Parts: sequence; C-alpha cells; structure tokens
Amino acid sequence: MTESGSTGSTGPAGPDQAGATGPVLEVRDLHVQITSRSGVVRAVDGVSLEVPRGEAMGLVGESGSGKSMTLRACLGVLPAEGKVTSGSILLDGVDLVPMGQRDLNRIRGPKISMIFQEPMSALNPVVRVGSQIAEGPQVHLGYSRAKAKERAIDLMRRVGIPDPERRFRAYPHEFSGGMRQRVMIAIALSCDPEIILCDEPTTALDVTIQDQILRLLARLCRDSGASLVFVTHDLPVVAQICQNVAVMYGGQIIESGDVRDVLLDPRHPYTLGLVRSAPDFEYVRESLVPIPGSPPSLVSPPAGCRFHPRCEFVEEDCKVTPTPLRPLPGGRATACLHWERCLEAVAADKASQ
Amino acid sequence: MTAAPAPAPAETIAPGEPLLSARGVSVRFPVGSQLAARIRHEENVLKAVDGVDLEIGRGEALALVGESGSGKSTLALTLAGLQPPSSGEIRYGSRKLPARRSRADQRRIQMVFQDPYSSLNPRLTVGGILRELLRVHHVVPRNEVESYSKTLLNLVGLGEEAMAAYPRQFSGGQRQRVAIARALALRPDVLIADEPVSALDVSVQATILNLLRDLRGELGLSLLLISHNLAVVRHLCSRVAVMYLGRIVEIAPTEQLFSSPQHPYTRSLLAAIPKLTEGMGDDAPALRGDPPSPLAIPSGCRFRTRCPIAQERCEREDPVLETGAPDHQVACHFAFADGGAAREHEQEDPS
Repeated sequence: MTESGSTGSTGPAGPDQAGATGPVLEVRDLHVQITSRSGVVRAVDGVSLEVPRGEAMGLVGESGSGKSMTLRACLGVLPAEGKVTSGSILLDGVDLVPMGQRDLNRIRGPKISMIFQEPMSALNPVVRVGSQIAEGPQVHLGYSRAKAKERAIDLMRRVGIPDPERRFRAYPHEFSGGMRQRVMIAIALSCDPEIILCDEPTTALDVTIQDQILRLLARLCRDSGASLVFVTHDLPVVAQICQNVAVMYGGQIIESGDVRDVLLDPRHPYTLGLVRSAPDFEYVRESLVPIPGSPPSLVSPPAGCRFHPRCEFVEEDCKVTPTPLRPLPGGRATACLHWERCLEAVAADKASQ
Repeated sequence: MTAAPAPAPAETIAPGEPLLSARGVSVRFPVGSQLAARIRHEENVLKAVDGVDLEIGRGEALALVGESGSGKSTLALTLAGLQPPSSGEIRYGSRKLPARRSRADQRRIQMVFQDPYSSLNPRLTVGGILRELLRVHHVVPRNEVESYSKTLLNLVGLGEEAMAAYPRQFSGGQRQRVAIARALALRPDVLIADEPVSALDVSVQATILNLLRDLRGELGLSLLLISHNLAVVRHLCSRVAVMYLGRIVEIAPTEQLFSSPQHPYTRSLLAAIPKLTEGMGDDAPALRGDPPSPLAIPSGCRFRTRCPIAQERCEREDPVLETGAPDHQVACHFAFADGGAAREHEQEDPS
C-alpha cells in the first residue's frame, strides 16, 4: 500500500523525522474485544494496516464495522469495557499496546493526536479555547506561558480563525460548529504530531463548511508533513482527501488500495454495494441498489466470509473458507474469494451509464 | 402492494392550482430579554423564515436545501401546522389554513422526522402507535384498524409481525419505515420529510429513498424533502428551492438548477459537494466563512458578506426573487444578466 498515485504536490513536503523511513503507523493483526451484556463483541478482528509517512489514509465502513475502535485503539482511548487482546500498534516502530497511561500521555500530542466528530463534546466548555490550544505546547514542548500563547495565536491564525488575539479568550460555546472544528485542528497540530487521527471530523458540518475544513486539513498536513488517518462513512469525502483507503466490514478490512481504484472499480462485493447504494451527485441512477440484510453480529460472526449472508455472488466455499486480505496487482488487496465477479458487475454498471 | 390507502377526503382543487402554498410567510422568535431590547431600541428577534413564497403542486416532489440555520426546518414545521407563522399565510388549494387547524386539515399534511430513535414513542408497540392514530382520526372503522395497520406495514416493506414489536427492537432503517407508515396512515396529500436519511447508514439510506420514491408514484403523494445532501435531492425531486438565511434565493427544476445555477450561493453549494471521481485541488474553498447570524441579517442582499461577486449595489438593494427563465426564479442582481454575467465575474475572480 506504500506505492500510490501521489505526486509531489501531495507527498511529504515537511522535514522527515531523523532516521525514520518506514511507515509512521503500522497496525499488525489487531484484535479488540468489548465485553457487553450480550457477550464478547469482537469489534476489531485481525486488522492490519500501514500508514505511509506524509500520506492520508481513509478507513471507511458503516456503523459497527470497527473503524472507530481501530482508531481509538491507536490512541489508547478505548471505552472501559474494551481491550486490545492481541496484535501490535507500531508508531515509529514502538509498540503502543503494552504501554501504560503515563508513557502514552508522553506521546499523545507530540507524536499522535486526534480530531473528533463532535467538537462541542471534545472541547472543555469551561476553559478558554486559547488555553486549550496552548496546553499541549506547555506540557509537551516545555514552552513558557507567554510562548505557548504566542504559538496558540499563530495556530489559530493558521487554521483560519479570524481575529485570533481576541478569540483566544473566547469559550467554545461562542464558536460556530465549523470554528470549533478549527479549534480542534489547532489543538491536534499544536505539538507538531507525526500522525493525526480523524474520526468523522466533518460529518456534523454543512457541506460548505466541510469543504473548508477538508481543504484546511489537507493543506496543513502537507505543510507539516504529518500523516492522516481519516475515518468516515462518506465515500466522496475519502476520495477528496485520501490517497489510500481501507474498507472495513464486521471488524475486518475487506478491501484496500488506491482510493480511486477502490471506489471507482471495486474488487469486493461489499465495496461495490456501498458505491451502488449511495446516491451519487455526478451520476443519477434510475434506482439505488441497497445491500440486502443487515450487518453481522460481532458476538458470533458468520463463518467464512463475514459478508456472505448478504452477498449477491456467494458460493459454497464462501460459507466455510476464512477470507484473509490477499494482495492483487496494483498495490491493492481484497478479501473476496471471487473478486473477479466484481469486474463483470462494474463493467455492466459502466455500460449502463 | 395492494389496497394502498386512498388520499384524504377529497377537496376540489382547481387544475393548475398549487396544492399547498406559503405566501409571504415569516417566522420570528424572540430571543433574550425583550425588556432590555426595548430600552436599547434594538430588536432581539431571530428571523428564522423571512418572507417566503413557496408552492407545491399535486404529486410534485420539491426539495428544500440550504445550510443549517437557513430556516428550512422551520418552514417545514410551519407548512405542517406545527409552528404558527408570525406573518403570512399557508394555503391549501385556495383556502387559507387557520393557525389552529382542524383534524381533517392536520391529516392532509404529515411529517417524517430525521431521527427515528426519538420520534417514535418507546412505550408503545408499532401496532399501538398505529392504533392510537387511526382511532383518534377515525380513518377506518374500528373493526378494520387491525387489517389496515397490517396493510400499512406491508406498504413500507415491514412484515405483520412488526405489529407486536417495540421501536427499540428495530434497526434505524426499519424505524424510519415505521415512521413513514405512521405518516401514511392518515392518507395525507403531502408528505414532508425532514432529513429522512441523514441519521442512517449508507446501505440503508438507499432502501428508504427507493421507498419514498415508490410511494410517491403509487399514492400520488406530494413530497417536500428537506435535505442538505444534494445527491439525495437529485435522486428524488423534480424541483429544488435553495434557502439562505430565511429566504429562498433560487428555485428551479432540478436538472436546470444543477446544470445552470444562477445564484452565487447555489453555485458555491454545488462546488462544495465532494466528488468521487476527482480529488481536491489546491484551490480555495467554494465558500468562505460561516453564515451570518440570523439575529443580524446583513443589509441589502443577505448573501453579500460571503458572495464572490458582491458589489456596492448589493449592500443597498435587497434583490427580490425574479423569474429569469421558465420556472426558474433567482434573487440576485446579476442573475441571467447578459446571458450569465455572474458567471463571467466568477471566471475573472481567481478565488
């Protein structure tokens, strides 16, 4: 997945960290389990992914597919009932899974940071936004109060908050949704992290504000050389900002590769189903094709391919054979045993356009 | 799909006359201390809807789009009779609907809300929800309530076993089906759907959108769809009204609006939609800044503070909604001018 269609304009422009050449974040065979009343939920079940330095990686899927849990595990902020049961999360080659809170606190901010969907609940409502932005540099970079304030104002200017000297003293409730998300981005950038995790950062925003925030994120990451992991259910949004994408279903990655390859020419029936069921602005279909059935239970997932009960191309072997992600030409990978069937379907779709 | 419910008791509406119309409707909410406002000679009034004319024809699917805070939901509530207008009137055919509507009038216009988790009574079974409604409104004789409920559930693609289930036992998409069945139970003429799919997963959205489209065809319903998702609008609706800060700024048939938008706000809205086929360039965002507060609407054209082609005139004169092409109305001084002067301005402007 390291090779991609990225050109000089989207590649890393910022200075690389000393001696670091491999992927900035590497997740290997991650398993996350959540204990609930109905049993043990295998929320993430064997996810492996690599985020190349300076690139943006999308993680898409429906609710309950495990995309947010994967992201939370990377930051060590799983819910209290959740636990990483096996696998490793390597940030610059250092495994985060066995780390204690104290060590994790040291890397959250300067190495890895996160932007949440709902900035109003992620920001502290009784602390001035300027202080919230300045906190990271003071704690992690050893800045003095005055220097941290200077940095916060500079960051506020860079994320496009008008009149930063005055707005420094404002509280989160005085900001609009888009402005709050800009504050979140300023906080995430405040300690120059190597990677920023975004959990549906634009889902709660209007389309015009979403456009502003996506452009801002892309520009800031290019300037600072930071990598992005972008979790969303919105396929066109991923196509805007990411070079690579991984599609999740039932706690597993079922397809990955270059974003436009995957979304325009899928090699897994679930990805195909997602693309067909979403109303597309550019191409109006006679009728949308929904995916039949509902997502699998992660307490007792179906045997074989997890998508087989809903799959239109299902064969007998899909119901028994485990389906790990297998590489395809062109830096792509699919978990489907019969991915060739997608080629015909995509060709038929194209012909009808 | 047999035995589809017939429309509400017939009322003769002259051909060519809109089924439901808003005339000069404004909705204002007082905010903060009204006393302090009077002492300071200020107006502490939020103008959610500010003089809107809108017509929905029989069997038409009309979309209402705009950013949050543009007043589209308030307008929908006003049309449904859930929010009395501060001024202006709502007409059904040629008859003005009173602020307190009769049961029969309430039946004619029904709503489906965004969040199916909070708009269904959690303490009633689906059967109970429908039974209550059918008895209060005397839609069918008592002995037919049961069979009519089952017909409704079949109509929205749910089985009869759903009757005994509680809303919490359904998924989001199924709950939205229940909500649609509830709205259809009263055999309305107009269905108002306020963001009916934005709380649902992508694969489920398709089933609800297809259902709404099929129902419209089968029952001859008029549909008012409120959505911020223009792809959804394009899929379902034949005409689109764009709202900005309480006003309709452009209204046109769907394909015409999308192929030749005249208002700079509509153009920005279309440009901001993320596209599957192309990545984001390094250019500036489609629209800068946030919408102004509806407490302090700019003078003249209300869009001028964010407009890429605003000129001095826009500050002084409030543009009215004018017909520039057949069925195409725009509230912009530069719309349709010399075959699209607004567009030329845009090309000159590098941002």
